[in-house]
Amino acid sequence: MSVIKSKLNTRSPEFAANRDLMARLVTELREKTAQVAQGGSESARAKHVARGKLLARDRVNTLLDPGAPFLELSALAANGMYGDEVPAASMVTGIGRVSGREVLIVANDATVKGGTYYPMTVKKHLRAQEIARENHLPCIYLVDSGGAFLPLQDDVFPDREHFGRIFYNQANLSSQGIPQIACVMGSCTAGGAYVPAMSDETVIVKEQGTIFLGGPPLVKAATGEVVTAEELGGADVHTRLSGVADHFAENDHHALAIVRRIVGHLNSTKSPNVAMLAPEDPAYDPEEIYGVIPADTRKPYDVREVIARMVDGSRLDEFKARFGATLVTGFAHVHGYPIGIVANNGILYSESAQKGAHFIELCGQRGIPLLFLQNITGFMVGKKYESSGIARDGAKLVTAVATVGVPKFTMLIGGSFGAGNYGMCGRAYSPRFLWTWPSARISVMGGEQAASVLATVKRDGIEASGRSWSKEEEAAFKAPTLKQFEHQSSPYFATARLWDDGILDPAQARRTLALGLSAALNAPVRETRFGVFRM
Amino acid sequence: MFTKILIANRGEIACRVIKTCRKLGIRTVAVYSEADAGARHVRLADEAYCVGSAPSRESYLRVEKILEVAKASGAQAVHPGYGFLSENEGFAKSCAEAGIVFIGPPVEAIRAMGSKSAAKSLMEKAGVPLVPGYHGDDQDPALLQRQAERIGFPVLIKASAGGGGKGMRVVEKAADFAAALASCQREARSSFGDDKVLVEKYLVRPRHIEIQVFGDSQGNVISLHERDCSAQRRHQKVVEEAPAPGMTPERRAAMGKAACDAARAVGYVGAGTVEFIASQDATFYFMEMNTRLQVEHPVTEMITGQDLVEWQIRVAGGAPLPLTQDQVPLRGHSIEVRVYAEEPEKGFLPSIGALRHFAPPAASAHVRVDTGVEQGDVVSPHYDPMLAKLIVWDETRERACERMLQALSEFRVVGVGNNVEFLGRLVGCDPFRAGQVDTGLIERERATLIPEAEPAPADALALAGFAVLASEARVRSTSTVEAHSPWALADGWRLNGRLRRVLAFKTAETSREVTIVHGGSGSLEIDGRASSGRVDADGRVRLAWGDARLDGHVVAHGETLHVFAGGRRWSLQRLDPLLHAGEDQEEAGGLAAPMSGKIIALVASIGAEVEKGAPLLVMEAMKMEHTIVAPANGTLKAFRFALGDQVPEGAELVDFEKAAS
Repeated sequence: MSVIKSKLNTRSPEFAANRDLMARLVTELREKTAQVAQGGSESARAKHVARGKLLARDRVNTLLDPGAPFLELSALAANGMYGDEVPAASMVTGIGRVSGREVLIVANDATVKGGTYYPMTVKKHLRAQEIARENHLPCIYLVDSGGAFLPLQDDVFPDREHFGRIFYNQANLSSQGIPQIACVMGSCTAGGAYVPAMSDETVIVKEQGTIFLGGPPLVKAATGEVVTAEELGGADVHTRLSGVADHFAENDHHALAIVRRIVGHLNSTKSPNVAMLAPEDPAYDPEEIYGVIPADTRKPYDVREVIARMVDGSRLDEFKARFGATLVTGFAHVHGYPIGIVANNGILYSESAQKGAHFIELCGQRGIPLLFLQNITGFMVGKKYESSGIARDGAKLVTAVATVGVPKFTMLIGGSFGAGNYGMCGRAYSPRFLWTWPSARISVMGGEQAASVLATVKRDGIEASGRSWSKEEEAAFKAPTLKQFEHQSSPYFATARLWDDGILDPAQARRTLALGLSAALNAPVRETRFGVFRM
Repeated sequence: MFTKILIANRGEIACRVIKTCRKLGIRTVAVYSEADAGARHVRLADEAYCVGSAPSRESYLRVEKILEVAKASGAQAVHPGYGFLSENEGFAKSCAEAGIVFIGPPVEAIRAMGSKSAAKSLMEKAGVPLVPGYHGDDQDPALLQRQAERIGFPVLIKASAGGGGKGMRVVEKAADFAAALASCQREARSSFGDDKVLVEKYLVRPRHIEIQVFGDSQGNVISLHERDCSAQRRHQKVVEEAPAPGMTPERRAAMGKAACDAARAVGYVGAGTVEFIASQDATFYFMEMNTRLQVEHPVTEMITGQDLVEWQIRVAGGAPLPLTQDQVPLRGHSIEVRVYAEEPEKGFLPSIGALRHFAPPAASAHVRVDTGVEQGDVVSPHYDPMLAKLIVWDETRERACERMLQALSEFRVVGVGNNVEFLGRLVGCDPFRAGQVDTGLIERERATLIPEAEPAPADALALAGFAVLASEARVRSTSTVEAHSPWALADGWRLNGRLRRVLAFKTAETSREVTIVHGGSGSLEIDGRASSGRVDADGRVRLAWGDARLDGHVVAHGETLHVFAGGRRWSLQRLDPLLHAGEDQEEAGGLAAPMSGKIIALVASIGAEVEKGAPLLVMEAMKMEHTIVAPANGTLKAFRFALGDQVPEGAELVDFEKAAS
């Protein structure tokens, strides 16, 4: 095995500048995450706790095996949206261990808008279920929600990927042998009532959890019947009379203890079909990645410096090291799990695309999970390249990425622009997890290029009609586009809309990837059947 | 010399005898009851035979069965240890008849010393000092008054038929005698139906000093100096030491001579102990002679450098004493404490159960541990609950005390209640350190020796918190098919965040919290201080906690963590909100057996409506009675055990229905 020899000078002013910038970005990320993690307003939280209820995150932490890691998903969903009033889209989702088993947890946060479903809440819930499906993770729903957020019902209720899909997923996940467990710890009204009803096994908390299709106000309006929430759909009714729930819990702690016991009886085993080694720390400190990533995004650097700080023993066995050098491919281990790495090291040419497709074929053939490290402005353009068929080679890479059966993981470590995003396993290519680094940018092309394209078209039109267009006028024309691209290519904009599964601290990339790899191995590695490669 | 010896005993003394036999190349035969099948003495012996069921009279006291084993195994001699058959004249006789040597005194000596009154008159004839007194039948008050004046005040008037402190009066001066006598007689008459009294010299703050004697079959008798066993609780020795504090060579010689005279008077052979009651001045009086090896013999061995069990075996084989009186060394100072499975906080209630953790201090030239148990053994209700004797030696008494305090601080027992901390306070208390010991010391210093429990301090909580984290990590790392799963790292990792957890403990009836912050990448804070450390398999925890370096042991037993650090120990009950979540909140109070024992009385009748606190039944354990009372007003529905049943600790004893309030 070949150990990467780092050429990084950790004493250079450049390193220090890079490091300081990234440290600032990471601090900002941690602060923002901490802020969002508080959930609703202080008064909403106080009211919640005063009722003897645990906060959503405390419920999750109590449910997890003590001290176990928790890989939160979409932590900054809805960030900056809806007037920035719906932190985390009123929901906590993530993967953690319960009774020794990796599970997927979805917990409503009733301190945020009563735990109601905004469009991004629905998207976050569906994404969590998708992760459960792909990785065979039992689902635990800690329900405490007022249902759909009515003012936005048009973006929540009717479409294919809207509210109804949650229950469709529950039925289908259950049919695939993926356990569905609900714990009703608060309201669960209307459509929401189907979360516990559609679950394999359901717990409900006394004088706290309620399940009904129509709440007391609706019942009164519809039939004139006056009834309390507890009489209508409380724990006693549902565990003794209706059978909608199976287990009666005294309080949150009791309910969570019951869920832990349920998971303990799932009788599922994990049989990872990859050859694992004992984990080994990288030879170089992962935190040095801070100093690797240039403060100026246009500045090139060797992506091997990043890989050296993520993989076991900093060992990477490169494939085709001398061919298509703008794409680095090779085999390594992360926390003992084998992984094939595909990393940008410049713009994509035909050779690099062919090399990438070949390497992905190898991993598909051998059942080795893939990691894509994206830092790509796109495929090379120009007459020479188009005529030699770069689109043909690009298509090979995209075909390989799209159809390979092994678990794929993507990290956006720099730019992610245009077709490069496709060839490097962007969101549309269904990686098991996609994480963004705080320094990354994502858009169809760079803001400057987009503005220039638009300006060129405009100038051509103006000049064709015989008029002239001053430099100042052009700059004024370009400004809004530049601004829009700058705003929309920010990782915070992306993560708010669930274009990724979260932004992460580069120093934690290795650990995060390891958790993702291990979680993914709950599902057997699928056999690959590639599509037709355009030769 | 013998080649095989049967040891008719159990526990530490059986192990002690085996050790010397090993040294002498003598094979050993152990006997055991069914309850002791896995006991340490059985494991150590070359051969072992079961002689019956758990109760002593059905096993360790079965003379014929034991002799049968002796004959069958080919043992030439029997060592009786102490207790059980050691002072049983009939056993000694049966041994002789069976042609097996009884390692102990001649039958006649046992008999002579067996009866206390007969022994006293024998001693009087031999010129051994007795407590001055009047034991005559003539009860004329004037005569009694004269006798009291002859004896010298203060005197004690005691009902001849009395006991248990009833019918006793201390009289300080002659003028008070008549009134005290009348009152004592009244009480004696009403309590015992007999107003006969005796008058004895009353010793203020008496001390218990005993002399180790040894005789051989050639007629030699020597003394191996004294032991002071004044630190007693209810006539049970707790701490023994040699030499006695404040002892002078003259007094030692006088007491040694008296003791040897006593032994000679009964033709004594082997190891024996003559017990004296001594006043704070130089006077001493004969109390009794124990015709066996004493529990506290190790302190004598430590100051003389002799092996008394070896002496016993050699003398029993007909050899002369290895030393003459002048040759008996007296070197330094030795102290012994008796470590018991008992709870000083609960009136020294015996404690029964499995030894979850048993770690005596390491033996050295200064520290000796005589024990009959090992970690994992069970302390049963059938026998004396002594766990070990801890013996130390050093040049001076002051240094021996220090050694003892250090050794006790290293002594860790979990699983049964124990008196280790109590012993530390006793040896450490001012009067003891000053050598001012007498038989009333423990009772007088009770408040110091058994203080109110204090909540554990912050560093003990930090150790406990760290141990909890380590145990979680251990569980995780062994419970997965992936040997190195990143999910098994119990470091509380959070994406871009920290995990804050609160561990709650109950200590001394107050609850305390330990706040844990997992900062990611393995960083850890305990109660706001950066923490890192390690936990060994034996529970040792080394923790760098902020600037402090903590080193202790944490042993989990059920939901309780026992923390040992800095010479102190605390019990912390983990309050895990998930553990008992949803369990019936009703108090079960007092209906479970507080300890293993026997049901000796069913007081309330089934179906009876009783008030809170009314006695329901009585249990007996270790000769002490415990009344189980109603936890509330209610109805007794049923007893779950019958009269005479042996019940384990924690067993539900009755079905009780609380009255609707």
